[in-house]
Amino acid sequence: MQPKGKIVLPGEKIEIKDKRFTYEEGDSSYSKILALIEEKEDKKKIVPLNGRYIPKVGDKVIGIIKEIESAGWFVDINSYNYAFLPLGEAVQEFIDIFRTDISKYFNIGDIILAKVINIVKNKIIHLTLKEKGLRKLHQGTIIKVSPYKVPRIIGKRSSMLNLIKQKTNCEIFVGQNGYILIRGENVGKAIEIIKTIERYSYISGLTEMVQKMV
Amino acid sequence: MRTRKNNELRKIEMKVQVIPNADGSAYVAFGNTKVIAAVYGPRELPKFLQEDRKATLRVRYNMAAFSTDTRKNPGPDRRSIEISKVLRDAIENSIFVEDYPRAAIDCYAEVISSDGSTRVTALNALSLSLAMAGIAMKDLIVACTAGKYNGELIVDLDQEEDNNGEADLAFGILPNKNEIVLLQMDGLLSKDELLKLVEMLKDSCKKIYEEQVKAIRSYFENV
Repeated sequence: MQPKGKIVLPGEKIEIKDKRFTYEEGDSSYSKILALIEEKEDKKKIVPLNGRYIPKVGDKVIGIIKEIESAGWFVDINSYNYAFLPLGEAVQEFIDIFRTDISKYFNIGDIILAKVINIVKNKIIHLTLKEKGLRKLHQGTIIKVSPYKVPRIIGKRSSMLNLIKQKTNCEIFVGQNGYILIRGENVGKAIEIIKTIERYSYISGLTEMVQKMV
Repeated sequence: MRTRKNNELRKIEMKVQVIPNADGSAYVAFGNTKVIAAVYGPRELPKFLQEDRKATLRVRYNMAAFSTDTRKNPGPDRRSIEISKVLRDAIENSIFVEDYPRAAIDCYAEVISSDGSTRVTALNALSLSLAMAGIAMKDLIVACTAGKYNGELIVDLDQEEDNNGEADLAFGILPNKNEIVLLQMDGLLSKDELLKLVEMLKDSCKKIYEEQVKAIRSYFENV
């Protein structure tokens, strides 16, 4: 099976300009990372093949609480730094932080579904839970995939995700950061399928391959 | 006795993603010199180690106790600490450290079989691992050794040539940028000889670069 586009290596000369993934020297533009050039209706896009999550405002992410501060939590979101969840963005009622132990809301190891609201200079990431559907997630197995493979796992109008959910009878939460929480009947099978999608995400004929598996 | 031509490389073998846990990993062999490398990150670093504007690189070069015929005492020693530092400098100049403020990038290179030129083999393996980990780089890093042995200028030294030669030179380059990131010399060479060796090394590095490109492409294309 063939890849969907051309694979470029770091330092290779390319036509596309994208601040995140390319750099310029003189008049030419070069790729910064190992990526795939996707062509769609004479529009070219550069998509990395691997790497950690680069946070973007508005993304829904799954995070694991790692540290408790006096007025918030540090959350592992599979990025290059922990994100910060301030107390005011997590809890509705007023809390006197001098007299309350905030670990009763979220403790180390808890899993949350949150949204990135702000990225400050030097890439300090702020999260919020103040929106419908954002909350603490109970139970389940967490697996890690490359965040650039998340669109493939979800599929067009979440077709792929629904297929996996149906066939394995599992509940699956996918964070834009590449953390996936699975719970239900056939967790092992679901993990196997997701890992296959991750490994072969760049080839054409992926859907048929997955359909064969389930 | 050298059976190869003066500018001939040993048999090169490269494979990527050999360690599933790592973000990027590679296996590189030049003849009997074999190295496994792994890269983790960019990831969270303890607060007191963080640098505000750039990523912190932690590079560890290590030789396994069984990698040579005389047992190598395990653990870091003077030599491996120096090589780790030289490799870190080479890598720091090849990747965009400013893209990952306050993060850590951990690079490990383990020599499992040693027959000369271990530091450049480690650098080649780390270059492949960094690329596979999706870290922003200026270019792949390509490295090779050269030296003077029995009065002849040769590339890709093995252990015998390294020990008994008059001089040896470790060399690392960003091939598309033509920037030298590693240059270490031991022994005596005239200026002309040094310049001639650098030219020879640039040619050899082109061949090694092609091998690196092939290793990455075949991982994605032959499924």
